[in-house]
Amino acid sequence: MSMINYASREINCKLVYYGPGLGGKTTNLEFVYNKVAPGARGKMISLATETERTLFFDFLPVDLGTIRGFKVKFHLYTVPGQVYYNASRKLILKGVDGVVFVGDSQLERMEANIEAMQNLYDNMTQHGYDLTKIPFVVQYNKRDLPNASPIEELQGALNPGWPVEEPVRQRLLADVDHPGEYLVWQQDGQWIERAPYFEAVAATGEGVFDTLKSISKSVVKTLG
Amino acid sequence: MPGASSWSFSEDDSRRIDGILNGFLGDASARTALIVDRAGQLVATVGEPVQFDPTAFASLTAADFSANDQLARMLGEPEFGALFHQGERESMYLADIARRVILVVLFDNSTTLGLVKLRVRNAVTQLNTVFTDMFSRADQDAASPKVETGFLGDAEDEIDRLFGA
Repeated sequence: MSMINYASREINCKLVYYGPGLGGKTTNLEFVYNKVAPGARGKMISLATETERTLFFDFLPVDLGTIRGFKVKFHLYTVPGQVYYNASRKLILKGVDGVVFVGDSQLERMEANIEAMQNLYDNMTQHGYDLTKIPFVVQYNKRDLPNASPIEELQGALNPGWPVEEPVRQRLLADVDHPGEYLVWQQDGQWIERAPYFEAVAATGEGVFDTLKSISKSVVKTLG
Repeated sequence: MPGASSWSFSEDDSRRIDGILNGFLGDASARTALIVDRAGQLVATVGEPVQFDPTAFASLTAADFSANDQLARMLGEPEFGALFHQGERESMYLADIARRVILVVLFDNSTTLGLVKLRVRNAVTQLNTVFTDMFSRADQDAASPKVETGFLGDAEDEIDRLFGA
Protein backbone atom coordinates (compact mmCIF):
# COMPACT_ATOMS: atom_id res chain seq x y z
CA MET A 1 0.00 0.00 0.00
CA SER A 2 2.15 2.86 -1.20
CA MET A 3 1.35 5.98 0.73
CA ILE A 4 1.49 9.38 -0.95
CA ASN A 5 1.70 12.16 1.57
CA TYR A 6 0.89 15.38 -0.28
CA ALA A 7 1.43 17.38 2.90
CA SER A 8 5.06 16.31 3.42
CA ARG A 9 5.47 15.51 -0.33
CA GLU A 10 6.57 11.93 0.39
CA ILE A 11 5.91 8.60 -1.29
CA ASN A 12 6.68 5.46 0.72
CA CYS A 13 6.75 2.00 -0.82
CA LYS A 14 7.07 -1.30 1.05
CA LEU A 15 9.17 -4.11 -0.43
CA VAL A 16 9.23 -7.51 1.27
CA TYR A 17 11.92 -10.19 0.86
CA TYR A 18 10.30 -13.60 1.35
CA GLY A 19 11.66 -17.15 1.17
CA PRO A 20 12.85 -20.26 3.01
CA GLY A 21 14.99 -20.09 6.15
CA LEU A 22 18.72 -19.45 5.65
CA GLY A 23 18.07 -18.56 2.00
CA GLY A 24 19.83 -15.17 2.17
CA LYS A 25 17.07 -12.59 2.71
CA THR A 26 18.89 -10.82 5.54
CA THR A 27 22.16 -11.08 3.57
CA ASN A 28 20.49 -9.20 0.68
CA LEU A 29 19.53 -6.35 3.01
CA GLU A 30 22.94 -6.28 4.68
CA PHE A 31 24.64 -5.98 1.31
CA VAL A 32 22.34 -3.12 0.30
CA TYR A 33 23.00 -1.44 3.65
CA ASN A 34 26.77 -1.71 3.22
CA LYS A 35 26.91 -0.59 -0.40
CA VAL A 36 24.32 2.12 -0.78
CA ALA A 37 25.48 5.68 -0.11
CA PRO A 38 25.20 6.32 3.66
CA GLY A 39 23.14 9.46 3.04
CA ALA A 40 20.56 7.43 1.13
CA ARG A 41 19.79 4.88 3.80
CA GLY A 42 18.45 4.91 7.32
CA LYS A 43 19.13 2.71 10.29
CA MET A 44 18.85 -1.05 9.71
CA ILE A 45 16.79 -2.82 12.34
CA SER A 46 17.00 -6.57 12.87
CA LEU A 47 14.69 -8.37 15.26
CA ALA A 48 16.70 -11.58 15.46
CA THR A 49 17.33 -14.44 17.89
CA GLU A 50 20.62 -14.86 19.75
CA THR A 51 21.81 -17.09 16.91
CA GLU A 52 21.11 -14.34 14.38
CA ARG A 53 18.08 -16.03 12.90
CA THR A 54 15.39 -13.52 11.97
CA LEU A 55 12.68 -13.64 14.62
CA PHE A 56 10.26 -11.01 13.35
CA PHE A 57 11.81 -8.96 10.54
CA ASP A 58 14.74 -6.89 9.31
CA PHE A 59 13.99 -3.37 8.18
CA LEU A 60 16.02 -1.01 6.01
CA PRO A 61 14.72 2.32 4.66
CA VAL A 62 16.34 3.53 1.43
CA ASP A 63 15.83 7.06 0.21
CA LEU A 64 15.65 7.53 -3.55
CA GLY A 65 15.86 11.32 -3.26
CA THR A 66 13.42 13.97 -4.48
CA ILE A 67 11.73 13.27 -7.80
CA ARG A 68 9.41 15.87 -9.35
CA GLY A 69 8.86 17.38 -5.93
CA PHE A 70 8.29 14.10 -4.07
CA LYS A 71 10.68 12.43 -1.64
CA VAL A 72 10.55 8.76 -2.63
CA LYS A 73 11.42 6.12 -0.05
CA PHE A 74 11.60 2.34 -0.23
CA HIS A 75 11.10 0.41 2.99
CA LEU A 76 12.81 -2.97 2.67
CA TYR A 77 11.63 -5.75 4.97
CA THR A 78 12.58 -9.41 5.34
CA VAL A 79 10.39 -12.04 6.97
CA PRO A 80 11.55 -14.90 9.20
CA GLY A 81 12.02 -17.92 6.94
CA GLN A 82 11.61 -20.66 9.49
CA VAL A 83 8.34 -22.53 9.02
CA TYR A 84 7.01 -22.01 12.55
CA TYR A 85 7.17 -18.21 12.36
CA ASN A 86 4.24 -18.00 9.97
CA ALA A 87 2.21 -15.62 12.13
CA SER A 88 4.93 -12.95 12.03
CA ARG A 89 5.61 -13.61 8.34
CA LYS A 90 2.01 -12.88 7.51
CA LEU A 91 2.00 -9.63 9.51
CA ILE A 92 4.93 -8.22 7.55
CA LEU A 93 3.07 -8.66 4.24
CA LYS A 94 0.45 -6.14 5.39
CA GLY A 95 0.48 -3.24 2.96
CA VAL A 96 3.18 -4.71 0.71
CA ASP A 97 3.87 -3.00 -2.64
CA GLY A 98 6.36 -5.47 -4.09
CA VAL A 99 7.66 -8.95 -3.22
CA VAL A 100 11.10 -10.50 -3.78
CA PHE A 101 11.18 -14.26 -3.32
CA VAL A 102 14.71 -15.33 -2.36
CA GLY A 103 15.09 -19.00 -3.23
CA ASP A 104 17.96 -21.20 -2.11
CA SER A 105 19.50 -22.84 -5.19
CA GLN A 106 20.84 -25.85 -3.32
CA LEU A 107 19.34 -29.12 -4.49
CA GLU A 108 18.40 -30.24 -0.98
CA ARG A 109 16.52 -26.98 -0.34
CA MET A 110 14.08 -27.48 -3.22
CA GLU A 111 11.36 -28.77 -0.94
CA ALA A 112 11.81 -25.81 1.44
CA ASN A 113 11.63 -23.41 -1.52
CA ILE A 114 8.38 -24.91 -2.77
CA GLU A 115 6.89 -24.81 0.70
CA ALA A 116 7.89 -21.15 1.17
CA MET A 117 6.46 -20.17 -2.24
CA GLN A 118 3.17 -21.91 -1.44
CA ASN A 119 3.14 -20.16 1.92
CA LEU A 120 3.70 -16.80 0.21
CA TYR A 121 0.73 -17.35 -2.12
CA ASP A 122 -1.43 -18.46 0.83
CA ASN A 123 -0.53 -15.49 3.03
CA MET A 124 -1.02 -12.99 0.20
CA THR A 125 -4.45 -14.48 -0.52
CA GLN A 126 -5.39 -14.22 3.14
CA HIS A 127 -4.59 -10.50 3.01
CA GLY A 128 -6.74 -10.21 -0.12
CA TYR A 129 -3.75 -9.54 -2.41
CA ASP A 130 -3.06 -11.31 -5.70
CA LEU A 131 0.62 -12.05 -6.25
CA THR A 132 0.12 -12.24 -10.01
CA LYS A 133 -1.11 -8.62 -10.03
CA ILE A 134 1.53 -6.85 -7.96
CA PRO A 135 5.27 -6.35 -8.57
CA PHE A 136 6.97 -9.70 -7.94
CA VAL A 137 10.55 -10.82 -8.61
CA VAL A 138 12.25 -14.16 -7.95
CA GLN A 139 15.91 -14.36 -6.95
CA TYR A 140 17.83 -17.65 -7.05
CA ASN A 141 20.53 -17.24 -4.44
CA LYS A 142 23.71 -19.24 -3.75
CA ARG A 143 24.44 -19.81 -7.45
CA ASP A 144 28.13 -20.29 -6.57
CA LEU A 145 27.58 -23.52 -4.64
CA PRO A 146 28.48 -26.82 -6.32
CA ASN A 147 25.13 -28.37 -5.36
CA ALA A 148 23.07 -25.59 -6.98
CA SER A 149 20.15 -26.86 -9.09
CA PRO A 150 20.01 -25.82 -12.74
CA ILE A 151 18.00 -22.62 -13.31
CA GLU A 152 15.52 -24.44 -15.56
CA GLU A 153 14.60 -26.79 -12.72
CA LEU A 154 14.18 -23.94 -10.24
CA GLN A 155 12.07 -21.98 -12.71
CA GLY A 156 9.94 -25.04 -13.44
CA ALA A 157 9.29 -25.65 -9.75
CA LEU A 158 9.03 -22.11 -8.37
CA ASN A 159 8.21 -19.76 -11.23
CA PRO A 160 6.37 -21.77 -13.92
CA GLY A 161 4.03 -18.84 -14.67
CA TRP A 162 0.33 -18.17 -14.45
CA PRO A 163 -2.35 -17.78 -17.16
CA VAL A 164 -2.86 -14.26 -18.56
CA GLU A 165 -6.60 -13.63 -18.90
CA GLU A 166 -6.74 -9.91 -19.85
CA PRO A 167 -6.68 -9.67 -23.70
CA VAL A 168 -4.69 -6.39 -23.53
CA ARG A 169 -1.79 -8.18 -21.83
CA GLN A 170 -1.79 -11.17 -24.17
CA ARG A 171 1.27 -10.20 -26.20
CA LEU A 172 4.84 -11.39 -26.29
CA LEU A 173 7.01 -9.67 -23.68
CA ALA A 174 10.75 -10.27 -23.83
CA ASP A 175 12.76 -10.74 -20.64
CA VAL A 176 15.31 -7.94 -21.03
CA ASP A 177 17.62 -9.53 -18.47
CA HIS A 178 17.73 -12.91 -20.24
CA PRO A 179 18.02 -12.61 -24.05
CA GLY A 180 15.89 -15.17 -25.87
CA GLU A 181 13.56 -15.64 -22.89
CA TYR A 182 10.10 -14.17 -22.29
CA LEU A 183 8.06 -12.89 -19.35
CA VAL A 184 4.81 -13.27 -21.31
CA TRP A 185 4.49 -15.94 -23.99
CA GLN A 186 2.04 -18.36 -25.59
CA GLN A 187 2.14 -22.05 -24.84
CA ASP A 188 -0.36 -24.62 -26.18
CA GLY A 189 -2.75 -21.78 -27.06
CA GLN A 190 -2.61 -20.26 -23.56
CA TRP A 191 -0.86 -16.99 -22.69
CA ILE A 192 1.46 -17.38 -19.71
CA GLU A 193 3.25 -14.79 -17.59
CA ARG A 194 5.97 -15.36 -15.05
CA ALA A 195 7.90 -13.19 -12.64
CA PRO A 196 11.28 -11.76 -13.67
CA TYR A 197 14.11 -13.78 -12.13
CA PHE A 198 17.72 -13.10 -11.15
CA GLU A 199 20.65 -15.30 -10.22
CA ALA A 200 22.54 -14.17 -7.15
CA VAL A 201 25.28 -14.78 -4.66
CA ALA A 202 24.03 -12.49 -1.92
CA ALA A 203 27.10 -13.04 0.25
CA THR A 204 29.29 -11.34 -2.39
CA GLY A 205 26.52 -9.04 -3.61
CA GLU A 206 26.20 -10.57 -7.05
CA GLY A 207 22.66 -10.03 -8.33
CA VAL A 208 21.53 -8.18 -5.21
CA PHE A 209 21.18 -4.76 -6.85
CA ASP A 210 19.82 -6.23 -10.11
CA THR A 211 17.01 -7.74 -8.06
CA LEU A 212 16.39 -4.54 -6.12
CA LYS A 213 16.42 -2.41 -9.27
CA SER A 214 13.88 -4.66 -10.94
CA ILE A 215 11.41 -4.73 -8.05
CA SER A 216 11.73 -1.01 -7.29
CA LYS A 217 11.14 -0.05 -10.94
CA SER A 218 8.06 -2.28 -11.07
CA VAL A 219 6.73 -0.67 -7.90
CA VAL A 220 7.37 2.87 -9.17
CA LYS A 221 5.40 2.00 -12.34
CA THR A 222 2.32 1.31 -10.22
CA LEU A 223 2.34 4.94 -9.04
CA GLY A 224 1.95 6.42 -12.54
CA MET B 1 -8.62 -5.95 -4.70
CA PRO B 2 -5.62 -7.22 -6.71
CA GLY B 3 -2.89 -5.70 -4.58
CA ALA B 4 -2.55 -3.40 -1.67
CA SER B 5 -4.22 -0.15 -2.72
CA SER B 6 -2.32 3.06 -2.33
CA TRP B 7 -3.74 5.98 -0.44
CA SER B 8 -2.90 9.63 -0.29
CA PHE B 9 -2.76 12.31 2.28
CA SER B 10 -3.48 15.93 1.34
CA GLU B 11 -2.37 19.19 2.94
CA ASP B 12 -5.95 19.68 4.03
CA ASP B 13 -5.96 16.28 5.79
CA SER B 14 -2.67 17.22 7.41
CA ARG B 15 -4.10 20.47 8.80
CA ARG B 16 -7.16 18.71 10.23
CA ILE B 17 -5.04 16.02 11.86
CA ASP B 18 -2.52 18.51 13.26
CA GLY B 19 -5.39 20.53 14.72
CA ILE B 20 -6.89 17.50 16.47
CA LEU B 21 -3.52 16.29 17.78
CA ASN B 22 -2.38 19.71 19.00
CA GLY B 23 -5.61 20.13 20.92
CA PHE B 24 -5.22 16.67 22.43
CA LEU B 25 -1.56 17.16 23.44
CA GLY B 26 -2.49 20.35 25.28
CA ASP B 27 -5.46 18.73 27.06
CA ALA B 28 -3.49 15.62 28.06
CA SER B 29 -0.16 17.36 28.80
CA ALA B 30 1.50 14.74 26.58
CA ARG B 31 4.69 15.52 24.65
CA THR B 32 4.36 14.07 21.16
CA ALA B 33 1.74 12.35 19.03
CA LEU B 34 2.56 10.32 15.94
CA ILE B 35 0.32 8.69 13.36
CA VAL B 36 1.68 5.52 11.79
CA ASP B 37 -0.06 3.41 9.17
CA ARG B 38 -0.49 -0.34 9.62
CA ALA B 39 2.15 -1.01 6.98
CA GLY B 40 4.74 0.78 9.13
CA GLN B 41 4.94 4.19 7.49
CA LEU B 42 4.99 7.42 9.42
CA VAL B 43 2.07 9.66 8.46
CA ALA B 44 2.33 12.61 10.87
CA THR B 45 4.22 13.88 13.93
CA VAL B 46 2.93 16.67 16.17
CA GLY B 47 4.35 18.19 19.36
CA GLU B 48 7.93 18.08 20.64
CA PRO B 49 10.42 16.88 18.02
CA VAL B 50 11.50 13.28 18.71
CA GLN B 51 15.11 12.33 19.48
CA PHE B 52 15.01 8.94 17.74
CA ASP B 53 14.83 7.70 14.14
CA PRO B 54 11.10 8.17 13.34
CA THR B 55 11.17 5.82 10.33
CA ALA B 56 12.49 2.91 12.40
CA PHE B 57 10.10 3.83 15.19
CA ALA B 58 7.14 3.68 12.80
CA SER B 59 8.04 0.22 11.46
CA LEU B 60 8.42 -1.16 14.99
CA THR B 61 5.16 0.43 16.12
CA ALA B 62 3.21 -1.20 13.30
CA ALA B 63 4.82 -4.56 14.04
CA ASP B 64 4.09 -4.17 17.75
CA PHE B 65 0.46 -3.31 17.13
CA SER B 66 -0.03 -6.09 14.56
CA ALA B 67 1.54 -8.71 16.83
CA ASN B 68 -0.76 -7.65 19.66
CA ASP B 69 -3.72 -7.77 17.29
CA GLN B 70 -2.99 -11.44 16.67
CA LEU B 71 -2.56 -12.09 20.38
CA ALA B 72 -6.00 -10.53 20.95
CA ARG B 73 -7.54 -12.92 18.43
CA MET B 74 -5.93 -15.89 20.14
CA LEU B 75 -7.68 -14.78 23.32
CA GLY B 76 -10.97 -14.55 21.48
CA GLU B 77 -10.98 -10.73 21.37
CA PRO B 78 -11.60 -9.04 18.00
CA GLU B 79 -8.74 -6.64 18.76
CA PHE B 80 -6.92 -4.74 21.49
CA GLY B 81 -8.08 -1.24 20.65
CA ALA B 82 -5.24 0.30 22.66
CA LEU B 83 -1.84 -0.63 24.10
CA PHE B 84 0.23 0.91 26.85
CA HIS B 85 3.99 0.61 27.36
CA GLN B 86 5.27 1.97 30.66
CA GLY B 87 8.80 3.17 31.23
CA GLU B 88 10.47 4.76 34.25
CA ARG B 89 10.24 8.24 32.76
CA GLU B 90 8.86 7.86 29.24
CA SER B 91 5.73 5.93 28.35
CA MET B 92 3.72 5.36 25.22
CA TYR B 93 0.06 4.78 24.54
CA LEU B 94 -1.12 3.36 21.22
CA ALA B 95 -4.66 3.47 19.88
CA ASP B 96 -6.26 2.09 16.74
CA ILE B 97 -7.78 4.57 14.28
CA ALA B 98 -10.28 3.29 11.70
CA ARG B 99 -8.46 -0.08 11.59
CA ARG B 100 -5.95 1.46 9.18
CA VAL B 101 -3.61 3.68 11.21
CA ILE B 102 -2.28 3.88 14.76
CA LEU B 103 -2.11 6.90 17.05
CA VAL B 104 1.01 6.85 19.24
CA VAL B 105 1.16 9.18 22.24
CA LEU B 106 4.49 9.78 24.00
CA PHE B 107 4.32 11.20 27.50
CA ASP B 108 6.43 11.52 30.64
CA ASN B 109 5.85 11.91 34.37
CA SER B 110 4.41 15.41 33.96
CA THR B 111 1.04 13.79 33.18
CA THR B 112 -0.71 10.52 34.07
CA LEU B 113 -1.94 7.53 32.11
CA GLY B 114 -5.43 8.27 33.40
CA LEU B 115 -5.46 11.76 31.91
CA VAL B 116 -4.01 10.53 28.60
CA LYS B 117 -6.65 7.80 28.38
CA LEU B 118 -9.41 10.21 29.25
CA ARG B 119 -8.41 12.82 26.68
CA VAL B 120 -7.46 10.39 23.93
CA ARG B 121 -11.05 9.17 23.51
CA ASN B 122 -12.20 12.40 21.95
CA ALA B 123 -9.13 12.61 19.72
CA VAL B 124 -9.65 9.02 18.53
CA THR B 125 -13.29 9.74 17.67
CA GLN B 126 -12.33 12.80 15.63
CA LEU B 127 -9.42 11.04 13.91
CA ASN B 128 -11.66 8.09 13.05
CA THR B 129 -13.89 10.46 11.09
CA VAL B 130 -10.96 12.10 9.28
CA PHE B 131 -9.31 8.81 8.29
CA THR B 132 -12.56 7.09 7.31
CA ASP B 133 -13.20 10.03 4.93
CA MET B 134 -9.64 9.80 3.58
CA PHE B 135 -9.80 6.08 2.90
CA SER B 136 -13.21 6.18 1.26
CA ARG B 137 -11.88 8.95 -1.00
CA ALA B 138 -8.75 6.86 -1.76
CA ASP B 139 -10.95 3.93 -2.84
CA GLN B 140 -12.85 6.21 -5.24
CA ASP B 141 -9.66 7.76 -6.66
CA ALA B 142 -7.89 4.43 -7.08
CA ALA B 143 -7.91 4.56 -10.87
CA SER B 144 -6.54 8.08 -11.32
CA PRO B 145 -2.81 8.73 -11.74
CA LYS B 146 -1.14 9.97 -8.59
CA VAL B 147 2.02 11.61 -9.88
CA GLU B 148 2.78 13.98 -12.74
CA THR B 149 3.98 12.88 -16.18
CA GLY B 150 7.74 12.41 -16.29
CA PHE B 151 7.88 11.12 -12.72
CA LEU B 152 8.26 7.52 -13.83
CA GLY B 153 11.23 8.17 -16.14
CA ASP B 154 12.98 10.31 -13.54
CA ALA B 155 12.39 7.71 -10.83
CA GLU B 156 13.85 4.95 -13.02
CA ASP B 157 16.95 7.07 -13.70
CA GLU B 158 17.35 7.66 -10.00
CA ILE B 159 16.97 3.92 -9.25
CA ASP B 160 19.74 3.18 -11.78
CA ARG B 161 21.95 5.84 -10.21
CA LEU B 162 21.43 4.71 -6.62
CA PHE B 163 21.47 0.94 -7.19
CA GLY B 164 24.02 0.92 -10.02
CA ALA B 165 23.22 1.12 -13.77
